[in-house]
Amino acid sequence: MAAMPAIELRGVVKTFGPITAVDGLDLDVPEGICLGLLGPNGAGKSTTMRLLTGQALPDSGELRALGHELPGDSKAARAEMGVVPQLDNLDVDVTVEENLAIFARLYRVGDIGAAVDRALDLARLRERRGDAVDELSGGMRRRLLLARGLIHDPRLILLDEPTVGLDPQIRTELWTLIGNLRSGGTTILMSTHYIEEAERLADEVAVMAQGKIVSRGRPAELIAQHAGRETAEIYAPPQRLAEARVTAEAAGLCVRPAGPAIAIVGSERAANGAVPEDAVRRAASLEDVFVLLTGEEAE
Amino acid sequence: MSDGKTRLGRLEPAAIGGVMSRELANFRTYWRGTTFSSVLEPIVYLIAFGLGLSATLVDDVGGVPYVQYVGTGMVATAVIFSSALPAMFGTFVKHRFQNTYDAILAAPVDVEELVSAEMLWIACRASIYGCVPLLVTIAFGLDPAWGMLLTPIFCFATALGFAGFGVAMAATVSKIDQFNYVTALFVTPLFLVSGAFFPISGLPEGLQVLAQLNPLHQLVELVRGGAFGFEPIDIVRFAGLVAFAFVMWRIAIVRMEKRLID
Repeated sequence: MAAMPAIELRGVVKTFGPITAVDGLDLDVPEGICLGLLGPNGAGKSTTMRLLTGQALPDSGELRALGHELPGDSKAARAEMGVVPQLDNLDVDVTVEENLAIFARLYRVGDIGAAVDRALDLARLRERRGDAVDELSGGMRRRLLLARGLIHDPRLILLDEPTVGLDPQIRTELWTLIGNLRSGGTTILMSTHYIEEAERLADEVAVMAQGKIVSRGRPAELIAQHAGRETAEIYAPPQRLAEARVTAEAAGLCVRPAGPAIAIVGSERAANGAVPEDAVRRAASLEDVFVLLTGEEAE
Repeated sequence: MSDGKTRLGRLEPAAIGGVMSRELANFRTYWRGTTFSSVLEPIVYLIAFGLGLSATLVDDVGGVPYVQYVGTGMVATAVIFSSALPAMFGTFVKHRFQNTYDAILAAPVDVEELVSAEMLWIACRASIYGCVPLLVTIAFGLDPAWGMLLTPIFCFATALGFAGFGVAMAATVSKIDQFNYVTALFVTPLFLVSGAFFPISGLPEGLQVLAQLNPLHQLVELVRGGAFGFEPIDIVRFAGLVAFAFVMWRIAIVRMEKRLID
């Protein structure tokens, strides 16, 4: 018999007045994988996270997390899951250690001292345990936020845009921490709109747009399925870009904007002349998939 | 969604204790300032109103020296200012600016437990600060009485109700400056017609009836009962305060659920 998924969503709908944030969402997250929920702002990722923590109630559909029906049994589900929010909501005047201890109590952890020590080690903040959060750097605060979500050694972790707005160095630090969790077999659902984050951390990626999953698979599978093997980027004046676009589209190729350039996706299928000679050819990427499926520029 | 009875059964001491421990941890960082103002304010009021007025206009009220009359009345002032206002501003800031409630509700804590813990914490604090004016008044010559030992309980029940009121208001207003309306329309009139500074018998008849519905007035009467002798009606007054706390608790939960759960 197949193991029960850590998360099961069936036909979930959530509206806010005239806006449909989640639109008939079906999503399974098997135990032990890291699933990247990749989508542009407004795709419904954060609402999905809030539905899973019982902070939003669905209009219709079925939700289960770790075998618990949501929202009815949400409290039991939350006891077994850890949440790392998009926004820093640490208590800034309180010490690092107290921030962790408070959440150890909220999660009914038996040995609070041991849990705090473990979390401090994870966040590499043992030396700063007595300092107020206000005195920490941005990267330290983010690591503390992650450690706080793991204080009770959860079976499932929800990471809501874990590195949004961070500089590259801090982002890399967090990726290492998340990568370690993933290697340890913890189930992770991570929403992000950063392609590189999804590529590096996720075993599988579900691309979300307008409240639905529009495609899902391993990054390599998604690329092969939607973008082929190769993408050709053309850097030229606007007039020439427009001409190249018309030619490529006439040859049945997908063309997308790529900053100052255009990218012809699946250029390996192009007949002679459909792709200019001076185009820069590169391997197709998840970014190509993201832009093709969501119609949004990637970050 | 579950009904009211089921929800009452779901209040878990661990969740409530956890939220209160957060408040305590934060309080340790700012208790000095709060305590300083809580002690200094009644001293200043007693000097200004008590000594100043009693030396010039009012010597006593119903046989009670005016300093002692104001001192016992100021318990109510201390309670409303250390319960309704922190509940209003604290709840609003934690929800809107600090996103604290998002973090707490992601843990196994329900809105009902969150609100209950916030109210209990504020009520505990206010019941201590509420006693300060009484202690200051003793220093100004009020004779200690056994009945005064019940003052923290009276303050706790009243503060619980006003904490619920503050939380409900925080869940209702859309901008922090709208608290000006709440203060002007509710908080100030309630403490002015509580009987803290003058007997409500001096008010027009209609206002006297309204003042009887004012929980602060009931608190003032109970505190004075503790200091100068209880009356049988004081049991009804206390029951009224407990009922006020219960009603405000439920209203605060309903309002916060609407605000916090999409």
